[in-house]
Amino acid sequence: MKFFDDIRVGEVSDLGRHTFTAEDIKSFAARFDPQRFHVDEAEAARSHFGGLCASGWHTACVWMRLLIDFRRREDEELRARGEAVAQLGPSPGFRNLEWSKPVYVGDTVSYTTEIIEMRPLASRPGWGIIFVRNSGVNQDGESVISFISSAFVERREREPQIP
Amino acid sequence: MPRLHWEDFSPGQVTECGSRLITRAEIIAFAAEYDPQPMHLDEAAARASLFGGLVASGWHSCCVLMRMLTDGMLAETSFMGAPGVEEVQWLTPIRPGARVKARATVLETRASRSRPGVGFVKFRLELVDASDQPIMSLMVSPMFGRRDAGVAGRAAATGKL
Repeated sequence: MKFFDDIRVGEVSDLGRHTFTAEDIKSFAARFDPQRFHVDEAEAARSHFGGLCASGWHTACVWMRLLIDFRRREDEELRARGEAVAQLGPSPGFRNLEWSKPVYVGDTVSYTTEIIEMRPLASRPGWGIIFVRNSGVNQDGESVISFISSAFVERREREPQIP
Repeated sequence: MPRLHWEDFSPGQVTECGSRLITRAEIIAFAAEYDPQPMHLDEAAARASLFGGLVASGWHSCCVLMRMLTDGMLAETSFMGAPGVEEVQWLTPIRPGARVKARATVLETRASRSRPGVGFVKFRLELVDASDQPIMSLMVSPMFGRRDAGVAGRAAATGKL
């Protein structure tokens, strides 16, 4: 992760894509969200969705995985250049999550994350909070997931004051 | 046929959805698949982190809540999924060996304007620990099929057309 001071509002990162297979959808749903339209093709075909579709939590968890993989690559690049890597603090949560369209078997979702707001934390010197808009778009360009999350990011040590 | 429909929900209703132990193995298994960060995966690295020990991914807590809610309530309703989640707050991390309880409180109900067979129920969902301290809180307005909605509504609610 880059330091808070090196991040800018408006930065967009491409996190990569994931194709949801029937096995993938059913395996996630059987463990965490066993609704008939996420675990059974025949039941799903008769439901209002018209076919097997992924749990919205699955679509979100894949975003998380791709973000972690993206950050790992980013950290490796920083270290390769001899630069320090910032610590990331806990996330307080997220809001405005919209599952605008179902994710059906075979859909490929491309994920991005965009910095939309940031501010230093007066209460915790050395840390800032960032707000990001996370999005997933299917192969037809339709939004399938969007939400705003926040996270604490470490600041660079304060520059020495010039007398 | 589901036992509960949209009409059966009203503001103020509280449903307790059981309790469950969160194991170290499941915290690590979830993290390895969806959130491979050191504080969710590795005890030594977690101890050195801001958390001071292994903690579950926040997304894992969402998934645990969803499963408990399904088993404890949704499975016997005309639940049709949710168009989104208004807000999630991760208040306290879940540590291995924690016993968590899930609770759903109805805040309001409204009929869908565009889909006659459907209504929305706004819930506050919570995971709390053994001493009733909140772990996470979530606001969501899922859709339920209506009992009084006629053929189209029943079809949507039961999945039988």
